[in-house]
Amino acid sequence: MANWIEVCSLDEIDPEDVMRFDHNQHSWAIYRCPNGEVYATSGHCTHERIHLADGLVMDDIIECPKHNGRFNYKTGKAQGAPVCEHLKTWPTRVENGLIFLNVE
Amino acid sequence: MYGILIIGAGEAGVQAALTLRQQGYQGQITLLGDESGRPYERPPLSKQCLLDGSDAPLISGSQQLEALNIQYRNGQRVVAIHRNQQQVELASGEQLPYERLLLATGAQARTLTIEGMPAEQVLTLRSRGDAERIRQRARPGQNVVMIGAGFIGLELAASLRTLGLEVTVLESAERILQRAVPASIASLIAAEHQQQGVEIRCQSSVEYASSTDYGYQLHLLNGERINADWVLAGIGSVPNTHLAQDAGLNVDNGIQVDHCLRTSDPMIFAAGDCARFPLDLYNTEVRLESWRCAREQGEIAALNMLGANTIYNVAPWFWSDQYQLGLQMVGLPIGVTQEVIRDFNGSRLVFLLNAHQQLVAACGVGPGNTVARDIKIAERLINQGLHPSAEQLADTSISLKSLLKG
Ligand SMILES: Cc1cc2nc3c(=O)[nH]c(=O)nc-3n(C[C@H](O)[C@H](O)[C@H](O)COP(=O)(O)OP(=O)(O)OC[C@H]3O[C@@H](n4cnc5c(N)ncnc54)[C@H](O)[C@@H]3O)c2cc1C
Ligand code: FES
Repeated sequence: MANWIEVCSLDEIDPEDVMRFDHNQHSWAIYRCPNGEVYATSGHCTHERIHLADGLVMDDIIECPKHNGRFNYKTGKAQGAPVCEHLKTWPTRVENGLIFLNVE
Repeated sequence: MYGILIIGAGEAGVQAALTLRQQGYQGQITLLGDESGRPYERPPLSKQCLLDGSDAPLISGSQQLEALNIQYRNGQRVVAIHRNQQQVELASGEQLPYERLLLATGAQARTLTIEGMPAEQVLTLRSRGDAERIRQRARPGQNVVMIGAGFIGLELAASLRTLGLEVTVLESAERILQRAVPASIASLIAAEHQQQGVEIRCQSSVEYASSTDYGYQLHLLNGERINADWVLAGIGSVPNTHLAQDAGLNVDNGIQVDHCLRTSDPMIFAAGDCARFPLDLYNTEVRLESWRCAREQGEIAALNMLGANTIYNVAPWFWSDQYQLGLQMVGLPIGVTQEVIRDFNGSRLVFLLNAHQQLVAACGVGPGNTVARDIKIAERLINQGLHPSAEQLADTSISLKSLLKG
């Protein structure tokens, strides 16, 4: 079942950047990739419980702020040590300049 | 097929073993470690493990060793390398042949003898067992004296203070972290310790100790006395090079390796805290004690044992956590003539430039992970040989990331 919730306006995230989003005791990382598309992953790194929104986005990759674990934020795929467990990804859509996240 | 033998199941050794399989190597891989249990991460030992009594987390990927058909043998100490026979000898007398050998033996904490104080009252931290001993000893209200204000010493001071001990840090140098970070960063860390109630005394050394009814008293060179229930020494570490040395390999504060992490014997490689290697980016030779470097070198040594010629030539990266402060440093502060400070929201970044106005290192400290992103950008600037001007680095209206895009 789809459960779309509003995150924020697209302008609030710079291109090639990431923002934290909390809702109902869950936390996500919301990414705006260089070409403008929006992606969402679970908020915390799979190595330790560190929020990814303090990390660095370069192209398709988010690098964890703590020990530099890297994930492809479009697919959630862990790119190698120290992270081996993938990130969960979540559907998003942009409508009238607003970002929506499907939290189901 | 005798396969590849790895001595030391730490960060470098485990990563090398995993990389060999990822590269499709089908031969036998034997990972020998002299500690008991599964391979674990050391950085949390001075941080989370002390604070909440948790076990050291296992090295990521090490759960798959067996599934990847890597023979992990713990509690096995190698006592000799017989290079002519291409064999190593275990403490049990067992001989194991190798085609390629990786030394990933790490380092050990430098120990300290204080006249008048029994050795068991002066603790150090390197292993899971050391952390357990410290945890069992520590009780709120005790007076503990930390000798040495390096990273491990300061992390221990922070953790023990958080647990409610009265902590005094003695440092013989003029300031804390003297060789490691710029003064403008060290002063923020010292201020946080003071704020938390840790007393830091620089230019202080212990002459001897005497026992009292309630513990010990440390007599400092300047005549002062400090009460101590027990003492911790954080005075650096010594690389585990004796095996290499006895086998006649070149050793000089670390096992000497070339750009490809090969020792003076082409069949034998070394990686991690035990290795001293050329770092062209800085036109120097170094031995590092850095978690990430150990892992990256393990990976590179594995590639090269399989015949590649990959070199390790990136700006070293390091982090430290004390209280709620996160510190990160990238690069080596070599030939620094100029410091550029960039302050924002309670965090500080310091860029270090050499006489040619080239960015050689950056260090930042702030609450949590606030400096992480900028340090990552500095890392890329250094590794890509980009040299923004001091003015650009200082100008907070310029995003650092834009400097990366040229
Ligand atoms: C308390 C503490 C906190 C740290 N915090 C940080 C931090 O915040 N950030 C950071 O970047 N770095 C930190 N480090 C440093 C980091 O942990 C090391 O750089 C890293 O562990 C080095 O990995 P290594 O594989 O080279 O060596 P080690 O992890 O030391 O592994 C070497 C292994 O080889 C074994 N061995 C040695 N000789 C033999 C033999 N003859 N036979 C069999 N086995 C042998 C050793 O017992 C050991 O298990 C910290 C270190 C400590 C101790
Ligand atoms: S917490 Fe993300 S890499 Fe360690």
